[in-house]
Amino acid sequence: MSDTSRYGLVLGALAAFATILFLLSLTVGPAALGFSDSMAALFSDKAGAIELIMGEIRLPRALLGLMVGATLGLSGAALQGYLRNPLAEPGLIGVSASASLGAVIAIYSGLAAIFPLALPLSALAAAVLAVVVVQALAGLRGSTLTIILAGVAVSSFAGAMTSLALNLSPNPFAALEITFWMLGSLTDRSMTHVWLAMPFMLVGWLMLAALGRALDALTLGNETAASMGIDMRRVQWLAVFGTASAVGAATAVAGAIGFVGLVVPHMLRPLVGSRPSRLLPASALGGACMLLAADILVRIIAPERDLKLGVLTAIVGAPFFLWLVYRTRRKLA
Amino acid sequence: MLLDVQNLKASLGRRPVLHGVSFSVMPGEFIGLIGPNGAGKSTLLRALLGLIPAEGAVALGTLDATHASARERAFHMAYVAQEREIAWAVPVEMLVSLGRSPHRPGFSALTAADRAAIERAMRRMEVDGFRERAATELSGGEKARVLIARALAQETPLLLADEPTAGLDPSHQIALMRLFAELAASERSVVASLHDLGLAARWCTRLLLIDGGRIVADGPPAEVLTAQTLRAVYGVEAFFGETTGRLVVQPLDLVAATGVRR
Repeated sequence: MSDTSRYGLVLGALAAFATILFLLSLTVGPAALGFSDSMAALFSDKAGAIELIMGEIRLPRALLGLMVGATLGLSGAALQGYLRNPLAEPGLIGVSASASLGAVIAIYSGLAAIFPLALPLSALAAAVLAVVVVQALAGLRGSTLTIILAGVAVSSFAGAMTSLALNLSPNPFAALEITFWMLGSLTDRSMTHVWLAMPFMLVGWLMLAALGRALDALTLGNETAASMGIDMRRVQWLAVFGTASAVGAATAVAGAIGFVGLVVPHMLRPLVGSRPSRLLPASALGGACMLLAADILVRIIAPERDLKLGVLTAIVGAPFFLWLVYRTRRKLA
Repeated sequence: MLLDVQNLKASLGRRPVLHGVSFSVMPGEFIGLIGPNGAGKSTLLRALLGLIPAEGAVALGTLDATHASARERAFHMAYVAQEREIAWAVPVEMLVSLGRSPHRPGFSALTAADRAAIERAMRRMEVDGFRERAATELSGGEKARVLIARALAQETPLLLADEPTAGLDPSHQIALMRLFAELAASERSVVASLHDLGLAARWCTRLLLIDGGRIVADGPPAEVLTAQTLRAVYGVEAFFGETTGRLVVQPLDLVAATGVRR
């Protein structure tokens, strides 16, 4: 029983941490607002400057930080469990690269300038298209290796098309906009972005959460899991389309943010007894904590320079990942 | 009848591996699946489990396994794979509890009956002493025992095992064969593919000799393991003996090396 209560404690601590970071995220910004003023403004019906800043700028930013972080953490944990590979991350099956390509097409074609929602919608459409291709390539009885290889192929192709768009970009501003968008950020997002991404993320979360029991069984490999009554076709479908829906929506509104989905499951795995089903909720909360913290940091470190969130997560995440590899290299060998 | 297989055919890619295999398993049998490398032993087990597409009829008791769901099959047979794959450092007890998966609907927790089954399986394989340890840190023999405990916890009438004795020391090999014989004595049947003819001869109640995707001999060890079949199928000469009422078989040398014509 101590095992279960320790798990409850871990989840409780992570949830408390996420709540604190969410509140902090609401109170950090260029406009110097007091904590109680800003909280009161959030729930008031007045249309003053403070209410506007809180409701239209900080609330969507904090909400997206929470949602995108949870998505990256959850899908990272789900994919690592499904592929039984500690190096798996949400971008592996081609979702991030293709969503980026969709966004780039919207910027490049000028659609994004005419109709702001064209960018996230195009990104989402490209992500869905990419996983349909991956799923078709892998087939119904596809092995996990086929899925990884198909994902790598789709990612490379999407990357090449993105490079082509940059290469042929008619003006430097479009190229700059594309590059900046791809770095990943939560700056200047509105509640429209939240409402657009939320349904896709919720569907993705539900699909990935339904994998819990199957991921536990998959600890013993595909065939043993199947012999224990796990329907592998259903598992593959849930894992691939759940990731596409949630990560596609996250990339569509926030750009490609790396390392959260890779590092968070690694950090939390020892705390939940390595159990894949328990890692799912823990990793979702942990991802939310990490992304909210990073988004607060970019506002504190360089308030004037618009430091991109994806840049910070990579700068902090990559050395941290190296340290994790160093620490666990004996176990990996 | 626990298992009835009629004219089972299976291919790996475009290469046909099983050419119409028929046999049945009665309660209380410990069947050794023997045959040279590439004869189709693992393919047969995987086709029975529905892990690879196959033609033919497979019946599990009254259940038509060819049209059953993975979960329905999991009530009737458990499987111990050849690869001792454990992806994450989960505790031994949790790993054994995975055997209860088919018995637990949806998100339900382990029931008292589940816990009792897990406990029985761990005691039987003598892994209850290190239930808290991470399964990835165990020795090869310990891992094998934990994985078999996992399959026992599934509490199915039929247990399939793919080369369960590979990589075990003699005492663990014998302990495992004793366990399978005991399971058979308690009316739970075991089908295990084996390479060690000595173990197969000594412990199995019945042997199925497979060669080139066909069953070439089926019966008690003394009938299946003869000098003639070993020469024809394996190309080896063997010593045959008997001690404590049971057959002893020890392969000695290749037929070609001893100068005897096949």
